[in-house]
Amino acid sequence: MPEAAAPAQIARPDGWQVLKRNRAALIALGFLAVLSLVAIIVPILLPAGLKLTSGDSFVPPSSEHLLGTDVNGQDMLYRLLSGARVSLGVGLVGALISLVIGTLYGMVSGYAGGRVDAVMMRMIEVLQSVPRILFIMILIAALDDYVKEWVDGWRLAAQSNNWPWLAAAMNDLKAYSKVLVMIVSLGLVEWLTMARIVRGQVLVLREMTFVTASRAMGQGSWGVLRRHLLPNLSTIILTYLTLTIPAVILDESFLSFLGLGIEDPAASWGSLLKDGAQVINPLESKWWLLVFPALLMSASLLALNFLGDGLRDAFDPKSGE
Amino acid sequence: MLSFLLRRALSSVIVIFCVISITFVLARITKGGPFDKEKEPPPHIKEALLLRYKLNGSVWEQYTAYVSSLTRFDLGLSTRYRDWRVSELLRQKMPNSFALGSLAFVIASCAGVLLGSVAAMRKDTWIDRSAMFGALVAISVPSFVSGPFLIAVFALWLGWLPVGGWGTAGQMILPAICLAAPYIAYVARLMRNSLLDVLKSDFLRTARAKGLTETQAVARHAVKVAILPVITFLGPLAAHLLTGSMIVESVFNISGAGMIFVNSIQNRDVFLLGGAVIVYCVLLVLFNLFVDVIYTLLDKRIKLYA
Repeated sequence: MPEAAAPAQIARPDGWQVLKRNRAALIALGFLAVLSLVAIIVPILLPAGLKLTSGDSFVPPSSEHLLGTDVNGQDMLYRLLSGARVSLGVGLVGALISLVIGTLYGMVSGYAGGRVDAVMMRMIEVLQSVPRILFIMILIAALDDYVKEWVDGWRLAAQSNNWPWLAAAMNDLKAYSKVLVMIVSLGLVEWLTMARIVRGQVLVLREMTFVTASRAMGQGSWGVLRRHLLPNLSTIILTYLTLTIPAVILDESFLSFLGLGIEDPAASWGSLLKDGAQVINPLESKWWLLVFPALLMSASLLALNFLGDGLRDAFDPKSGE
Repeated sequence: MLSFLLRRALSSVIVIFCVISITFVLARITKGGPFDKEKEPPPHIKEALLLRYKLNGSVWEQYTAYVSSLTRFDLGLSTRYRDWRVSELLRQKMPNSFALGSLAFVIASCAGVLLGSVAAMRKDTWIDRSAMFGALVAISVPSFVSGPFLIAVFALWLGWLPVGGWGTAGQMILPAICLAAPYIAYVARLMRNSLLDVLKSDFLRTARAKGLTETQAVARHAVKVAILPVITFLGPLAAHLLTGSMIVESVFNISGAGMIFVNSIQNRDVFLLGGAVIVYCVLLVLFNLFVDVIYTLLDKRIKLYA
């Protein structure tokens, strides 16, 4: 009798292998890596004269100013790249804050189960029916002046104590205080999806035998969460982190475009687009003020979304949207 | 059904109350009051103004005064546009946003469902791939990029449509498309994934076996089931679109409700802000309730309980 061949178990391919075969996601990853490097390094290398305001406002792209200049005569290439720093930085740090809150919340809710879980999920439902962008606006308006005052207090204290380095640092920080406020506000608002996804995964994982075994061996709840659940959650957290970053960047640019976000002298893609849209008129097109920020921003968001979708296909095949 | 509706209505009232409370308190602890101008009014006049608008005393006293006026369905007076009631301002600005929003809503849901269905039926062909690529582009390009772009091409270059403003049919096309674009994409992606699942199910195999063509089978049987997740998404979307998009309204120079949000925060116009937030929340809650009811009508397996 021929040996009955066991039905070939088709192993689900490893997530990283799936990702490696996704060419669009890899191109997106490469683009983002290059963009981040350029945004960090190039502004340092540019000649100092380009970074200052000058009398040459609205110079079209030329060999001296590759992307032209803005209303204050600042080089657009420098503005665009320092805007990229702010936008990507706000996106990344804001998403990281939401990751920490969302992961903790989701893990506790899913692992505790029962009534605690029900109450915590109900709270998420309530928060989801809050107008998000409005809430961020109100939060930013409320926090901004307090942070400015706080930074100013430190600056004055540093001056009276003769700590010039701290005074200088606080002076710089004051220009970027709004960035700080935005990061915190966006992070505080964007964690809901992450919490729901993490909870769903924890609900599955906590029934697994290795968790039971670990508990039987006397591991406490926090130990189980940290040692056994967190490592198993890492890919799904990474996936949703990648999808949260473009959402945060979009929110930030939205607010900056409306004039409620990043302010001069700091720049972000949203604030650059706002400046560009303000001077647009049919008679004399200053296209370089709009086209370059729009292209770079759209390309970056597209890349982040491609990468996030690729990661989701690789690591979370069940989820549709 | 009735007890479900009652319970949902009660929890909705609680949600709205919480949102209003947070909004009011945050707006009042924000530095800078509604009457702080570059030229500071004399202290006694400022005092009288604050008293008139019941914005004197501690934040708690102001809050209770506001809530008690809300229970009488009184949204209060705008502090910026003196002698205008908040309800009058909202009534004046809302219709434009409603018109723009409903147009964008119809475009987003119809085009999205159609595009998603076609993509699912032609899975892994160039039609599917280009539709999904287009969807990702539409999601990634923010409306303040697509808006000026649409204006530049269709208004300035081709000269087919007006640049901005509101009133004629021609003026409505560009802003509605600009507002709808990312949501067409979201709906299309949802519809595609959901329809792909349904296409594998047994009842669809039966429908095909009966001799229906693929298009007939999808149109008569599959869409009805596959559209459920889309409807969940459409509820909050409707509230979001109807309360106006600040960006689209500012790009196309439309006087609508979206700018109320931005201006009232900047002017510290706390009652106007509160009124706008209430309208938004009420719409959101109503549409979510509406979605739940539609669900039971479309899918008999779902029982409402909560």
